[in-house]
Amino acid sequence: MSVAIQSQPLRPQKSRFGRLLDNERLLYGAAGVIVFLALWEFGSRSEFIDRSFFGRPTGIIEAGIAEVQTERFWGDLFASFSEFAIGYLLAIVLGIPIGLAAGRFRRLQFALDPWLNFFNSLPRIALLPVLVIMFGVFGPGSKIAVVFLGAFFSIVIPTMQGVRTTDRRYLDVARSFNASEWLLFRSVVIPSTVPFIITGLRLGIARALIGVVTAELYTQTEGIGVLIRRATELRQGDRALFGVLLFTISGIIGVEAIRRVEARFQKWRPQTSLERR
Amino acid sequence: MQQGLALQARDVRMEYVDQQSGDRLLAVDRVDLDIEEGQFVSIVGPSGCGKSTFLKIVNGLFPATEGTIEIATPAEGSAHAMVFQDSSLFPWYTIIDNVAYGLVCQGVPKKEAQARAQPLIDLVSLSGFERKFPYQLSGGMQQRANLARALTVDPEILLMDEPFAALDAQTRELMQAELLRIWNEAHKTVLFITHQIDEAIYLSDRVLVMSARPGRILADIAIDLPRPRQLEIKRTPAFITYADQIWGMISSELKPHIHDVAKTTGTVA
Repeated sequence: MSVAIQSQPLRPQKSRFGRLLDNERLLYGAAGVIVFLALWEFGSRSEFIDRSFFGRPTGIIEAGIAEVQTERFWGDLFASFSEFAIGYLLAIVLGIPIGLAAGRFRRLQFALDPWLNFFNSLPRIALLPVLVIMFGVFGPGSKIAVVFLGAFFSIVIPTMQGVRTTDRRYLDVARSFNASEWLLFRSVVIPSTVPFIITGLRLGIARALIGVVTAELYTQTEGIGVLIRRATELRQGDRALFGVLLFTISGIIGVEAIRRVEARFQKWRPQTSLERR
Repeated sequence: MQQGLALQARDVRMEYVDQQSGDRLLAVDRVDLDIEEGQFVSIVGPSGCGKSTFLKIVNGLFPATEGTIEIATPAEGSAHAMVFQDSSLFPWYTIIDNVAYGLVCQGVPKKEAQARAQPLIDLVSLSGFERKFPYQLSGGMQQRANLARALTVDPEILLMDEPFAALDAQTRELMQAELLRIWNEAHKTVLFITHQIDEAIYLSDRVLVMSARPGRILADIAIDLPRPRQLEIKRTPAFITYADQIWGMISSELKPHIHDVAKTTGTVA
């Protein structure tokens, strides 16, 4: 007796819908979002939940459309953006060179270590009132300082560690060819530290955004944080959540920008199947 | 130093302090070695015997505690260049940048260094892979690039530290034959470290057998096999006689250690 074994083609042809069904990650992700938003919208419309506190998805869009037509909104957006950009850029411009130098020169690291530990263990928000005294309530000074302090330490510490964990094998290669100290640093230490710097930049974005929000909520002069505060005081849930959404979007844009920088600098790395998904 | 010698080592000792116990340990003991220009010399020995350490002393990566090493200084080119063990190519450089690296270290402008690296890339049969990154190449191809990187600086003596140790057995055989072809074309003096006896015999004019730590040179065996050599030579009686002779010395070096292992694990060797 013989048994027929059905052969299966390796890649069966599928309709477009069939391929979408294969991409479970996207499918369930989208379903999760839609179901939640629908429940929220429905709950609000049926007055099961109070719109003035919880808002509703379509209301957030409406509030957003109304908001962008006011002049004050653009002032707030500009204020928040410039606080973030100046503070974060300062953190990069100072954090990367100091991190590289401290990783390279052991004595500099020893000298900096107490301060790095001090500021890293300190909940930086506690410094906020002090910074406001130092840099003034009005104007961006105190807020930039908070953003800077948030991002700087997230960048400087991984950069320093990256330099210190440079693979011995590659240093030996450079030394065996009599590379100058500067060339050794440029050709070996910096490239192998890039992944650490990227990690620092990514952490730094989150910390910098936290800095913007808390500083604005505290000083209440201008910015998206103030928009949120004003809206909640007026029980305008939709409008407040629109402000929150703006911060979320900024976070996403920032992380995506860093992902691109990373792709640019890391094309020498084999992509793992996990990263590709 | 005597005329016609590429390398002369006299009474080289190397001691180091063990970081954990603080003991002074002897890694290399009284090594004397003359290598004639153009010779291919291998050092074989049990693992951990100090043969790699000796090579790193020659390369200037470790200081010798005592003794002298002289290397003939060529009119142009470098005194020595090292072919390292596996994956020592910079993963962030393309193959051409890796191969040109030694020249860049000497201050040659990048464009010119790349132009001078190209013939070496052709020599090791990597044409067409100049713009690839190391991870895109097989292990054997990576070691070809590694060899080309060392040859680019035109060294008087080529130092090779178990360059084929991480390759699979078949690739390894092919790379041995390939190395002889390149050696024949490049006319270099080679000091080759390996723990594989047949590799050492197949490649070399002379095989030095090193003792277990501290590393001393037990024997200096001239390999009197005709060149050019094909891989088939490994199955000839003359080759096997050399292999038996060297294995006899190394196994007698290893025996006390095997005995130690037997004692500590409680099994009979």
